[in-house]
Amino acid sequence: MKSYLLPQFAVHRDDDRCIRCKVCVSQCSFGVHAYDDEDDEIRSNEGACVGCQRCATLCPTGALVIRRHPHEFRPNANWSEEMLLDVKRKAETGAVTITGMGNDKPHRVYWDHLLLNASQVTNPSIDPLREPMELRTFLGRKPDGLLFKDGRLITDIPPQVMIETPIIFSAMSYGAISYQAQLAFMQAAQELGTLCNTGEGGWPMDFRRFGRNVIVQCASGRFGVDPDYLNQAAIVEIKIGQGAKPGIGGHLPGEKVTAAVAATRMIPEGTDALSPAPQHDIYSIEDLSMLIYALKEATNYEKPISVKIAAVHNAAAIASGMVRAGADIIAIDGFRGGTGAAPRVIRDNVGIPIELALAAIDERLRREGIRNRASILVAGGFRNSADIIKAIALGADAVYIGTAALVAMGCTLCQQCNTGKCAWGITAQDPYIAKRLNPDIATRRLVNLVRAWTLEIKEMLGGMGINSIESLRGNRLHLRGIGLQEWELEVLGVKGAGQ
Amino acid sequence: MKELDKITNPFGDDKVIANCGLFGMMSTKGRRFSGQDAILAMANMHDRGNGLGGGFAAYGIYPEYADCYALHVMYESMTGKEQTEHFMRTTFDVVHNEEIPHRDPANSGVAPAPILWRYFVRVPKNVLKEISISRRGLDGGIKKESPRDGIRDDIDDIDDIGRIKEAIEDNREDIEDDYVVKQVMTINTGIADAYVFSSGKNMGVFKGVGYPEDIGNFFCLEEYNGYLWTAHGRFPTNTQAWWGGAHPFSLLDWTVVHNGEISSYGTNRAFLEMHGYYCCMHTDTEVIAYAVDLLARRHHLPMDIVAKVLAPPLWVSIDRMPEPERRLHTALRLTYPALLMNGPFTIIIARQGEMIGLRDRIQLRPLVAGIKDDMLYLSSEEAPIRVVCPDLDETWTVKGGEPIIGRLGGRVITGFEGFRGDSYEELPSTAVRGASGR
Ligand code: SF4
Ligand code: SF4
Repeated sequence: MKSYLLPQFAVHRDDDRCIRCKVCVSQCSFGVHAYDDEDDEIRSNEGACVGCQRCATLCPTGALVIRRHPHEFRPNANWSEEMLLDVKRKAETGAVTITGMGNDKPHRVYWDHLLLNASQVTNPSIDPLREPMELRTFLGRKPDGLLFKDGRLITDIPPQVMIETPIIFSAMSYGAISYQAQLAFMQAAQELGTLCNTGEGGWPMDFRRFGRNVIVQCASGRFGVDPDYLNQAAIVEIKIGQGAKPGIGGHLPGEKVTAAVAATRMIPEGTDALSPAPQHDIYSIEDLSMLIYALKEATNYEKPISVKIAAVHNAAAIASGMVRAGADIIAIDGFRGGTGAAPRVIRDNVGIPIELALAAIDERLRREGIRNRASILVAGGFRNSADIIKAIALGADAVYIGTAALVAMGCTLCQQCNTGKCAWGITAQDPYIAKRLNPDIATRRLVNLVRAWTLEIKEMLGGMGINSIESLRGNRLHLRGIGLQEWELEVLGVKGAGQ
Repeated sequence: MKELDKITNPFGDDKVIANCGLFGMMSTKGRRFSGQDAILAMANMHDRGNGLGGGFAAYGIYPEYADCYALHVMYESMTGKEQTEHFMRTTFDVVHNEEIPHRDPANSGVAPAPILWRYFVRVPKNVLKEISISRRGLDGGIKKESPRDGIRDDIDDIDDIGRIKEAIEDNREDIEDDYVVKQVMTINTGIADAYVFSSGKNMGVFKGVGYPEDIGNFFCLEEYNGYLWTAHGRFPTNTQAWWGGAHPFSLLDWTVVHNGEISSYGTNRAFLEMHGYYCCMHTDTEVIAYAVDLLARRHHLPMDIVAKVLAPPLWVSIDRMPEPERRLHTALRLTYPALLMNGPFTIIIARQGEMIGLRDRIQLRPLVAGIKDDMLYLSSEEAPIRVVCPDLDETWTVKGGEPIIGRLGGRVITGFEGFRGDSYEELPSTAVRGASGR
């Protein structure tokens, strides 16, 4: 069938600059560029270009410009180009449209409608270059209070995991991302004194040495879960849902299940790795409690157990149930959270923004007097240090970053992660493509990003006259809304600017 | 419901901002003396206030009613007084009541005064039995029962009279205190034109709108004898002048005078609200008082440990501590992170038999201590101490995060002793300054 889809990107090559080095030819994993020997010319099949900018970035003479294709349909406010193309694509394939990364719709980003405070006159701001600025954070259940007897502390402190910056690398499974990418996350987490999350795809044996910096997941597929997996990690996370695809399971096609992936996931090589939509031993909150305590038993009550859900409409009530079920950490993933692969219709239409979910959950747990019983981790579209510090002021203990970390490694949000062809080698399984991601350079880039954000967070904290992050946690008085409606201010629990 | 914060915080600010001068003096032997010196000291710090609030707290001033809660109430109208007195008749045994003696406001240089009345009350015996206190457990686990929850369950079990009596006797003070707190909150948030500003036993708060020395004079404080006085002169940045807005802030026999602005206010308040404290005044002084009440009275933490919660050592110091201490401070910081008072502050907290001075951990507000025989002085500046006691044995600038604690029984404690609990005997000599017999 002849495809009616128009190219999305236009490839412009300045022939005066092009030296025929063929870098673009070898770098484009989508097969756009080809060298014609006879004519000594490089030709481009624009229709295959996904706009990842790999070729343009690496072209030594800057001969390449990749732009949005200038073609135009007759304007129609109802039928955007994207709608037209999606109908055509389905008409050609009869299949669910699958995509990677997070919701790209222009929904309101609440972080951009929240403003931070600073000290003036009545209390001094603090200069983080001169004074200590404390970001140390503990994840885990906190006691309701401490009891002393004969001058001795007799309260047992539940297991805690200490991180030196409230920024953690999100769950990304080996299989969805490459071995090199996962190695970079582990090395960066270790160097930064923070954590990374293995995702649900198991944990390669030679990465177990990073255990103190690793959160492992126990998801519906139970890939790679055994006693060693649970006990080598710092935290065990039960994954119920994911912001990019709430209510949906996962499917890693057999072609991507290489020998190494198969060994890590503990499934036969070449078979599809299916994660069912629900966990088939959790059909209710008491079932969740049983799994939480089963994991606590398996880890001798030495690890905090986290439960991760997607931010959905009743997140506050669900979160409260999770805490009562025994979760030491609750992780909430907003609808802008990324994914290796999800049906586009789910990614773009299901779930709610993390800002609103977080505000509602923190408020609910406080009202119920159980906020101290679980740490709150939030994920889903954190783009800069200001987003992070605002999340902390709304009540988060720490923040998961996924997309931003990928961008640090080279990702340009081309949304092709599901194809396995990631030209940056991040979400590729093909060893030829995957090896272009140098784990040590990627580690450096990740460490630099988190270090820079950490420094910025310290600057902003100091400006507010606060020298310890715990004094900002849930401190919504340091936030003001701008351009928000009454109900939004109410959900966020903040006043409007100037109020 | 009456919105107290509308009165104290008419512009709806996040919190009322006030910076100030503080003074405290205590005889650790319990010698009682008049309020004259405290007034003199505050007059010396006149310029630290702006005439929009001054006040004093005095301990040991009502020996004849030592077992009664002394409620000091200000009324803006007779109706407020009538309603409050009606409420008190139904909730307390009122042993004695009278106007709080004072001079003519017009001649004292203070703002027009509300009606000022005091009541000496007891908690009626029959209510003790009916009280069911809701307290939260301290065990940290959801499955285990804390000892306190156990007691509450005993009281709920109305069949077992013997056990009820036992439980009441064990917890009598706590139960009475909680009851009084509740009634005071009811008056303060429920009855128009009435505000209880002091509610402890054998102590009292005297405060109002004016310079502190004028307020002291107005209340005839030279005629009271107490063993512990704290005082406060206020410089609010906005807020209309309201007598209840002055310091000291008080709850039961806790009083707090405070100089500073706490930037962690929102975090502190949210945490205290979770523990049932309604921050109706919107001042940071109020959150300090509630925090101390929660930690010291409800969670039974020793005072020097309370100080380490409010102004904890930095992690860099904790990391260098020897093991048992490091664990303790880590436990404190991870359990009570929301009660860290961040930003500049100096506070003088007092309760029956104890006065505590504390500065924020990076020393953004001043606090000077002085000792002479059995007297401990705490002040924002050294000069006022010298005014009332020119020949001090010793005076020094208090370090950030290091509490100075004066206790009845002739001891002044500096620094941290919490790990040894209440046995303060085998401390290295540098850590203890004996106020007497050194
Ligand atoms: S490398 Fe990326 S941007 Fe370049 S042609 Fe290929 S798909 Fe397009
Ligand atoms: S990870 Fe790779 S494939 Fe996925 S969006 Fe980023 S660059 Fe594209």
